[in-house]
Amino acid sequence: MSFKINEYYTEICKGDIVLAFKGSITPDLINEVLEAVEVKLEAGHEDGKTRKKLYNVLVESLQNLYHHIEETHDGIDEDLDPKFGVLIIEREGEGDYKVTTGNFITSVKIKFLKEKIDKINSLSKDELKDMYKFILNHQKISAKGGGGLGLVDIARKTGKKILYKFYPYNDTYSFFNMIIQV
Amino acid sequence: MEALLIEGTPKTPSVSFDVDKGILEIKGRSIPENSIEFYKPLVDWLEEYTQNPGPKTQVNVHLEYFNTSSSKCILDVFKKLEAIYKNKFEVQVNWYYEEDDEDMLEAGEDYESIIRVPFKMIEIVD
Repeated sequence: MSFKINEYYTEICKGDIVLAFKGSITPDLINEVLEAVEVKLEAGHEDGKTRKKLYNVLVESLQNLYHHIEETHDGIDEDLDPKFGVLIIEREGEGDYKVTTGNFITSVKIKFLKEKIDKINSLSKDELKDMYKFILNHQKISAKGGGGLGLVDIARKTGKKILYKFYPYNDTYSFFNMIIQV
Repeated sequence: MEALLIEGTPKTPSVSFDVDKGILEIKGRSIPENSIEFYKPLVDWLEEYTQNPGPKTQVNVHLEYFNTSSSKCILDVFKKLEAIYKNKFEVQVNWYYEEDDEDMLEAGEDYESIIRVPFKMIEIVD
């Protein structure tokens, strides 16, 4: 296989890392990450606005991982946790952060996900607002607990395009890498 | 009706409804993984309150953060209030946001544009 988790992880961990995690995405882990980041940002005297935006993006991206991660099986490295996900927070400069998430998805979902992100990336600020309000008012919360609003909210709050890449892993799975700039 | 009181946690807001005064207060953070479970008691309570509301209901929403999963539940709460307002009872939502928190102000305005109940945006200045 061309894609190796460890090589990928080493590669994205270069830079000024605020927090890096790979492993099982659980509610407890989410709590720990949020607490740790809050403490670090406060200690780093980051301004309130940036802190809030980053915190919001983290909540949405971690809960997206939690709700959507595939319980991976077929032919994926046996050492990897079934709820395996990756989260990296990198400081890129004064008030600039980069949040990277990674998780396995069944390759059949690539098309849906790609279309969804491309659509979000193509919209203006006002169009994103309209999309958010439409989904908020018309769609039920899914059984998984997600509302389909997470990515729209991230795009709205950051005002930046969502970057992504799919790495082929095996016949069934791909690895989905997403980068959010805050 | 019994007063409603839910204590806050790091991931969920405190919720209180003082029936005598007609004041509902939601305060803190709302970022649970399962928001439906958290909001169900409030939505159920409001459903009952809708049958026999006080002459005036004031709702103070004072949230520091909320996740998108909570946003739908908060809309459900407002829809109950809208039903009360439609029945010619007085309802007022006070949406508090911290100084310079444009995202939270915008979130309040989103609700204001969806729900037919009077909203007041209140900036909290330190």
